[in-house]
Amino acid sequence: MATQHQRSLARLMVAPSVGLLLLWMIVPLGMTLWFSFQRYNLLMPGMVEFTGFDNYRYFLSDPGFWISLKNTLIMVAGILAITVLGGTALAILIDQPIFGQGYVRILMIAPFFIMPTVSALVWKNMFMNPVNGLLGQVSRAFGLQPVDWLAQYPLFSIVLIVSWQWLPFATLIFLTSLQSLDREQVEAAEMDGAGVWARFTNLTIPHMGRAITVVVLIETIFLLSVFAEILVTTNGGPGYQTTTLTYLVYTQALLQFDVGGASAGGIVAVILANIVAFFLMRMIGKTLD
Amino acid sequence: MARNVTNTRKWVFTILAWGVALIIFFPILWTILTSFKSEADAVATPPKLLFFNWTLENYHEVQARSDYFGHFLNSVIISLGSTALGLLIAIPAAWAMAFQPGKRTKDVLMWMLSTKMMPAVGVLIPIYILFQRLGLLDSRIGVLCVLMLMNLPIIIWMLYTYFREIPGEILEASRMDGASLWNEILYVLTPMAIPGIASTMLLNIILAWNEAFWTLNLTTSQAAPLTTFIASYSSPEGLFYAKLSAASTMAIAPILIMGWFSQKQLVRGLTFGAVK
Repeated sequence: MATQHQRSLARLMVAPSVGLLLLWMIVPLGMTLWFSFQRYNLLMPGMVEFTGFDNYRYFLSDPGFWISLKNTLIMVAGILAITVLGGTALAILIDQPIFGQGYVRILMIAPFFIMPTVSALVWKNMFMNPVNGLLGQVSRAFGLQPVDWLAQYPLFSIVLIVSWQWLPFATLIFLTSLQSLDREQVEAAEMDGAGVWARFTNLTIPHMGRAITVVVLIETIFLLSVFAEILVTTNGGPGYQTTTLTYLVYTQALLQFDVGGASAGGIVAVILANIVAFFLMRMIGKTLD
Repeated sequence: MARNVTNTRKWVFTILAWGVALIIFFPILWTILTSFKSEADAVATPPKLLFFNWTLENYHEVQARSDYFGHFLNSVIISLGSTALGLLIAIPAAWAMAFQPGKRTKDVLMWMLSTKMMPAVGVLIPIYILFQRLGLLDSRIGVLCVLMLMNLPIIIWMLYTYFREIPGEILEASRMDGASLWNEILYVLTPMAIPGIASTMLLNIILAWNEAFWTLNLTTSQAAPLTTFIASYSSPEGLFYAKLSAASTMAIAPILIMGWFSQKQLVRGLTFGAVK
């Protein structure tokens, strides 16, 4: 149908976007890859030389790497568990006939719109601080020893803070999915004598399967890059206890100026993210057909 | 009888849902309340919920001690600018792919999406070094461009899913009536596309406003938006809860209000149309 003229016009309209994204992806990624094979420290300019896989060898044999990899996995898994389970429960709760449903949804969704530095600092100081924080005051009121959250359970505290931000996201998507569930089907099952649990496991869960997969994959992509929350609360510490892969690369690059080593770390992070991305892309690709 | 049971049930769930919602919202409420307290009241034991001397002093202090509105303005310029520039580039692309899909349109869309999957640390070092060489560190235009590129795939995807819902028959009908291409775009397509463009804009302003990886790494003072400015409260001196709260409240208020209007678009935009 489309004429030759229309087709070339269409190509012209897409070209700027494709060009820019190509540039944005190829140039820096290529440079990272190039740097990762160089001995290159910003503190020693002019001493740049090719070192082969040395950076990777150093990076992968650095105990900090394995700890940060472990921290990353624990953090992502912990947040996913809390947000998926909590989000499912909350979505089902809001989906019930209740008074003021719209307002409840507005209140629950709010944390997702709070900028990461604000939520991290508010939690760190006004809630988790053992002396003046609200949680400490409440535990003292009950005669308990206040907990110094970020010192005693640093990684768990980060998981809590980030979960608070992402729980609304999971809830909102699960709610959207629940609301597209065929009511007639549910009623038919009810008529046939299916109990609450049977309806939940046989109708609701299979219907939500797709939404759950999407939430897990998208959250993973974003959570692998959690940065501000760590920077303003613990700085990756104490020791390496809250250093994730993203944070480790940041410290190597911008605090130790080790461009080569940090680049090798960056490439490792890209590879890890791509494994997740592969599955996500397949899911989304199916919706295009 | 049956009516009574459902009514009781409704009340139980209402109380439960409101309880949970208030707990989740509480940190935000607490921040807003604390911003109106004196520093002494902010750390009082037992905590004061509502009965304290309400004051606007913190809001004055935050502005007096640092150029708060300068940073606020940076946030506005960076988020609005990157969104506007992104829309300018994305609208033609999404338009063409929705109305003139070719054999490779699907592949192009998927490839664009894949650029979003790249973790930021993978390109942090080259961008930082390039910015250093080009004198773009701590410049608004630099961050603006990076955020635009970062969100471009989301913008294109969102617009694409909206444009695709515009029925093609309408175009054919208007062509039959003898409308020129220009009239077709102006009177038929634009009115139908505006809601989609508006929602895309809203979601991207929110994403850009809250972005805290590139803004923290690429700005320090001159171009620092609120994300970077608030991060400076992580190493405070003396009592600062009330001032932190005042700075935070002003930083989150505009986006919170916009966010409440964009709940539906959020689902579509962040799941790339995979959940509707």
